Amino acid sequence: MENTTVKRGRAARLLAALATTALSLGVLLMAGPATADTVNDEMPYKVSGNVQKSGEPLAGVSINVNGNGIDADVVTDAEGKWKVGVSERNTTYTVTLDETTLPEGVIVKDNPETTDVVEAAVMEVEMGPGGRVTMNYFIGKGERVVAPYIDQVVQRLISGVNFGLMLALAAIGMSLIYGTTGISNFAHAEMVTFGAIVTFVMSGMGAPIWLAIIAAIVASALFGWGLDSAIWAPLRRRNTGLVQLMIVSIGLSLAVRYTFQLFIGGGTEQLPGADAPKIPLFGTVALSWIDMASMAISVILIAAFAWWLMFTRMGKATRAISDNPGLAAASGINVDSVVRVVWIVGATLAGFSGILWAYFRPGIRWDMGGQILLLMFAATTLGGLGTAWGALVGSLIVGVLVEASSLFIPSDLKYVGALVVLIVILLFRPQGILGRKERIG
Amino acid sequence: MDILGILNSTAGFVLAPVTIAYALAALGLAVHFGFAGLLNMGMAGFMALGAYGYAMGILSFGLPWYLAALVGLGAAVVFALILGIPTLRLRGDYLAIVTIAAAEILRLLFLTKTFDEYTGSADGLFGYNGEFQEANPIADGTYGFPPFEDTAATWWVRIVGLLILAIATFAVWRLVNSPWGRVLKGIREDEDAIRSLGKNVFTYKMQALIIGGVLGAMGGLVLAMSSNVNQGQYVTSLTFFIWTALLLGGAATVFGPLVGSLIFWVLQAFLGLLFPAMAEAGLLLGLTSIQAAQIKYIIVGVALVLIVVFRPQGIFGNKKELTFVR
Repeated sequence: MENTTVKRGRAARLLAALATTALSLGVLLMAGPATADTVNDEMPYKVSGNVQKSGEPLAGVSINVNGNGIDADVVTDAEGKWKVGVSERNTTYTVTLDETTLPEGVIVKDNPETTDVVEAAVMEVEMGPGGRVTMNYFIGKGERVVAPYIDQVVQRLISGVNFGLMLALAAIGMSLIYGTTGISNFAHAEMVTFGAIVTFVMSGMGAPIWLAIIAAIVASALFGWGLDSAIWAPLRRRNTGLVQLMIVSIGLSLAVRYTFQLFIGGGTEQLPGADAPKIPLFGTVALSWIDMASMAISVILIAAFAWWLMFTRMGKATRAISDNPGLAAASGINVDSVVRVVWIVGATLAGFSGILWAYFRPGIRWDMGGQILLLMFAATTLGGLGTAWGALVGSLIVGVLVEASSLFIPSDLKYVGALVVLIVILLFRPQGILGRKERIG
Repeated sequence: MDILGILNSTAGFVLAPVTIAYALAALGLAVHFGFAGLLNMGMAGFMALGAYGYAMGILSFGLPWYLAALVGLGAAVVFALILGIPTLRLRGDYLAIVTIAAAEILRLLFLTKTFDEYTGSADGLFGYNGEFQEANPIADGTYGFPPFEDTAATWWVRIVGLLILAIATFAVWRLVNSPWGRVLKGIREDEDAIRSLGKNVFTYKMQALIIGGVLGAMGGLVLAMSSNVNQGQYVTSLTFFIWTALLLGGAATVFGPLVGSLIFWVLQAFLGLLFPAMAEAGLLLGLTSIQAAQIKYIIVGVALVLIVVFRPQGIFGNKKELTFVR
């Protein structure tokens, strides 16, 4: 998504201006004879449109109309017009503009229905009872600038480190929970989403963003405490098996996820500042201040966490339980209270990572945590299940891998690389990079 | 609120192709988890292979429908082999994470625009069932009585689906009561004990993974026969729903998964209609009917937690034959 350097706020204004221009032009053109390139003319209903860049028609652009059994390709004529006949009305069609057929240095502008730039060339159109629908694309210049390869690599690496640090915040907690309790916590995804949603709700109620973030962190800590005292502590007392605990976390994940959807709906919402302008650093490499702040805060939080784990009594107790729970209990450590603190710390880090994830994606969705759950698992397994530093190393590798892989493979396959690495690492080094062999059983 | 209408629509799900598909997949999961103790969290991937193999066999390779169906099942065998070789030697929760990741890789491969020509990417595949329906011996028309009244085409899917389910259930029932099945249960209880008897544990586990995977692919096949194929159906939630159906009926039983799937879908359909209707009637504290439709999924999650904690053997299971050994 970093291919375009256009800002969304400006894009929206441009779009409005272009829409007005296109409308008036459309009225003018309607007076003339319709000479649009037409496919399936024998069909009763028509999807049509014209492709132009600030009033100048673009010929030879490929458009595909898909849906209800129709899959037709059409090419725009000299006036930039096209038309496809279809058999059904009162339904929707998917119209896709093939961007590679646009002239050099020109791209489809963001469309209002999606925040995903890759998807901007794909539009859903509603065919009403009238049987006619027009679909116009807004084309702008200068977006598809091909950055020098080295700049792309640097941009991807920075982006990957940013993503990896954010992932690490969530994965460290997940790994710590695994180490002390043995739970593969599928509900960790919902702890990530929770932080973002609280921030969104608080800022929606008028709180400034810093206050909303603090509220989200406090709420996340309470959430972790609540989950532990309501669900996990009683199950510990029942001596519930590990597989059962894993399935409980799946059930919990489903219940909490759909509760989120119940409250915030199925759409994507933005946090304030999500459209912060990018500041050029060198070449075409650019970062917004949100990206920079996100990385800085991640590093500070991870350092603070490291200090806690290495030097405080509680941190030492946590590591002791991770190593050998029986021995830790025998030497006078209160396992139950340490595990509770681990849940609180894990939930707090996860909640904060959720806020960063909301800015990175960008946007808040009810299942946003679930989208990176498998990457968290990949990171913790890669680094070594149950080791905090392993989770950090694993996250950074996964983050860079995911972002950098889109230099070589299509961007809609970028998560595949990380998941393949997860499987391959289990083939050759199942204990992970920093894990110990006796843990794999 | 139209209670009778809701009950009527709900009853239709007793024989729906989707119920049959869930039953097949849950049966496969019973072989994996209930009898062999394998934590397969990637059942959606096996189902996707069954469905896509069938649809692509017809659309891309021009095979007759019955051969295309075999392509899907064959793909599931290959997938089981690829998954099993690295992971069956590892502890249970590793298998869970690898299978869930592998299923997601498959889904992303079906979703990507790179293979759009073969997979239809986000739109999925459709219009492949023509030949299957031409083989339909039932004359056109509507058969049955409400609420089981349907077209010849739907009945044909149901009959084929029920036939597959009956054969599969019989086969699994014979298998788990054979010496092979007893070794498998032994592996579930204590792998090392079975190994000390000179059995090759890895081979047995692999055989179980393949058999269960093929059953899952059959489930996907039945889904594909009844509607379109779209990667959006084969998300990780599907795996979790099938786990819920399995654990509801009883993991270490042959008929538990069938009854579990039936109960799961009847309740899903009933609650999915009841809550929106209640919301429209203003009985749900101002929730809209769209919001109310989410409640059934929340209930699935809560139900899964409660079953696992309070009745881990399921409705039909025997507490002595508990599958959660570790």
